[in-house]
Parts: sequence; structure tokens; C-alpha cells
Amino acid sequence: MKPSAFDYRRPEQLDEAIDLLGELGPDAKVLAGGQSLLPLLSMRLAAPKHLLDINRIAQLDFVSCGADGVRVGALARHAALERDAGARAVQPLLSAALAMVAHPTIRNRGTTVGSIVHADPAAEMPAVLCLLGGSITAMSTNGQRIICASEFFLGPLESALWESELAVEAFFPALPPQSGTAFAEISRRHGDYAVCGVAGLVTLDDDLRISVARAGYLSVSATPLVLDLTDAVSGRTFDGDLSAAGGLASAAVDPEPDIHATADYRRHLVGVLTNRVIVGAAHRAAREITGNGATQALPMPGAQP
Amino acid sequence: MTGSWHELTLIVNEVPLRTTVPARRLLSDCLRHDLGLTGTHVGCEHGVCGACTVLVDGVPMRSCLLLAVSVDGQAITTVEGLAGPDGELSAVQQAFQDCHGLQCGFCTPGFLTTITAGLIGCPDPTADDAREMIGGNLCRCTGYLNIVAAVLRAAELTRARSGEVADAAVDSGQVP
Repeated sequence: MKPSAFDYRRPEQLDEAIDLLGELGPDAKVLAGGQSLLPLLSMRLAAPKHLLDINRIAQLDFVSCGADGVRVGALARHAALERDAGARAVQPLLSAALAMVAHPTIRNRGTTVGSIVHADPAAEMPAVLCLLGGSITAMSTNGQRIICASEFFLGPLESALWESELAVEAFFPALPPQSGTAFAEISRRHGDYAVCGVAGLVTLDDDLRISVARAGYLSVSATPLVLDLTDAVSGRTFDGDLSAAGGLASAAVDPEPDIHATADYRRHLVGVLTNRVIVGAAHRAAREITGNGATQALPMPGAQP
Repeated sequence: MTGSWHELTLIVNEVPLRTTVPARRLLSDCLRHDLGLTGTHVGCEHGVCGACTVLVDGVPMRSCLLLAVSVDGQAITTVEGLAGPDGELSAVQQAFQDCHGLQCGFCTPGFLTTITAGLIGCPDPTADDAREMIGGNLCRCTGYLNIVAAVLRAAELTRARSGEVADAAVDSGQVP
């Protein structure tokens, strides 16, 4: 349980890091929070020749919020993003999902961009990025490119980043008008990887009827899965029977069994959790529209398990 | 291949300590083997059990998931740094003794550091807050009930002690 030997570099400037990565190429691995990488090194599932530590590059440590969304630098810790009041206001799904990422102690060191680049299909933030239609900004000696979330995740632990590229920023679009979000997951123990997790986004029309319903899934496929559930619930009032969403979702997924859950159980959870987040997101959207008026007294069934 | 070696300084419990380590040295091993501070315990070595939790610049982190070289120059608080200079138990340590919050004691250093920082952010915790605070630490002896009680007791003791400090300041005329 000790990492194998490697050379360690700790640049303090972004351009220095990018030059180094270009020079070291496929033999180098970037270290940000390291809360997934260090276990991989210790178990010797990974043995890079060079480790490039970006923890001293202060310009990557930011969370910046605008009307269009939230930009998260590669060194922003999960805990910093979770606590950021601006991010909460612009896209409340971020803090709701981050509360489910491992334990607070892990979130103190782990970074949101690092978790996305790690591309674990059981991780929360890749699914959130996909549901919201966000993007990753990558830099290399060849310049900068922006990769859409829908093209970023290629397989389990495999992203579209080139070996010479550093992911410098993640962009999460803002909550659209008349919309609400919710997040729910089931894990065997508190803080464990989820057996199944779902992020939901619902947009209502002026009559408080559903016009868009979408959900993002973790732990049910090799890469984050986004389903458009609008057909199942379109036109229904926010507090009506929305269970057709869960039915459509569970029919649409094809999960793998593992030691934690059978495929059937995962499919069952997809249905149950989909209904929870769609109902929760619809209620939040209604509250958004009515300005904490008529719907405030309504319960928020199953917004969180 | 031996990998690179690095000279570094860690401010451990307010004392600057210099050492030279290979890049691959985990902070947990650096504290225990290079610096001789064996209070930090190593359980699972992959970030699940929480026994190795230390404070880095006051923030709880897993020392088994940090490279020593990566925290060069930073302030580390281990369980050895919690008691007063005269050996007086900290509020959290005293609460663990009062509430019988430990049995074998292996997990205890990680709980003590986690709760010490947790009570700064949440000085008046409910039982639910206490459970959330210790959610990342495993204990195989106690069943957690006494640890939750110890968190609440530690908050009580901290308040009482800061009251005493305030009273003493008033008595000595430092504050009106």
C-alpha cells in the first residue's frame, strides 16, 4: 500500500505546468486533490514516472459566478464550491450534489475538476456536468480547447483529454428560468459511492405545467447517462402524478450487476430516485415561479433521501 | 528507479521540522517514520477509515491521501498537538474520557482531530450534526453512540472553558 517511485514536479505558474506536461507527455500524471489518485498509486493500479503537482498554481484556485453559470478552477476544492454562496444561487444543483461526494474530510482536499477528469462512472459531479450541458476547458502547448460534457466522458476512468492537456476549468450553466433541480442517491454506507444516483432538472411553463424534465445518472452505465423524460410528464402540473418519469427511466437504462447491487435492483432504484428528483425539482421550480407564495407550504417529497 | 527526493519543512504542532523524503512518501508515513510522531494512526491507507486524519492549516484531511512533499511549508496538527503545553487534555480529549468515547483507541486520533476542527465550524452541534461531523471516521468498538455523546460534551466543555477565559479576563481587569 505504498506508491511506486516517481519524480515529482511542482510548478507555480500555469504556463510552466503546461510546458512540463507537454515535455513529459504520457509518462506524467497531474496531481490536484489526489483523493482518487493517491489510492490508485498506493494500490499500484497506477504507476506514473512523473507526478505534476498543480497545488501551488494559485490562478487555478477560483470559483467565479456570472449570469450564464459557474466557472470552477482546477484547484477549487469540493468544499469551497459547496460553500460558495454565489454558486448556490446561480446553480443550486452544485451544492446539493457536492453534499453527497464522499465525506467532508475528502471534500476539503478533493477538487471538482479533478473528480470530473477522473471520470469515475460512480462519481456525482460528472453526471451533474452532463445533465447541465456544461464543459471543460483544457490547455496544452497547442493552445486551448473547450470540450462539451457530452463528448468528454469516453468510458470508465477515461476522458477525452489528450495526454499533453491540463483541464483548467469546468463550466456549469446557470439554472434556467422557471426551473428547479434536485439530487438523490442511495449508497450502502454513509459517504460511500452510490449504488445509484440521479440529478433532476425540471422547467415549468407559466401555468406551472412541466415543459422540460431531464435527469442525469451515475453508477448505472459506463459513462454518465442523461435521459430526456419530457415525453412522460409533459403538460402535467408540478404537483400531479409524475411517476411516468420513473417508468420511462427504468425502461431506458441497462445497468450492470456488481457486488453491491444486481442489475434489477439498480433499475428499480433508477425508477424510484427519478421520481423523487423530478417531483423535488418540479416543486422547486414552482416555488421559483410563485416566489415562495402558494407552493411554500407544500412538502418537497423526496428531494433528498 | 528511486524517484526524486525532496527536502521539506513541516510546521508540526507549531514546531518547524525539516526532513528529506522521497516524493512518494505519504504524509502519514512521514509523520510516523521520518518525524517519529506515531500518534497518527494508519488504518486502511486509502482514505476510507479516517484514522490518519490530521489538520492541514486547520482543515481536516487524510494524511494517507497526501504526499508529504505536497504540503511542504504548511502547518500540520496531529493528535500530539491537541493537549495544552502542561498536558491538560483539550476539550475534545476530555469529552472522550468523560463519555467513554473510545475502547481500543486505534481510531481515536482521527476522531479527535476531525472533531476539534468540526467544532470550530459548528460550535453548537445537534446529535445529527455530530453524526455528520464524524461520518468519515470508522470505529469498530464503540458503536458510535458514546462518540456522538462526546462531540456534544466537547462543545459544552469548549463553551464552559471560553466562559472561564472570559471570566478570568474580567477578574484580571483586561476587559470591563
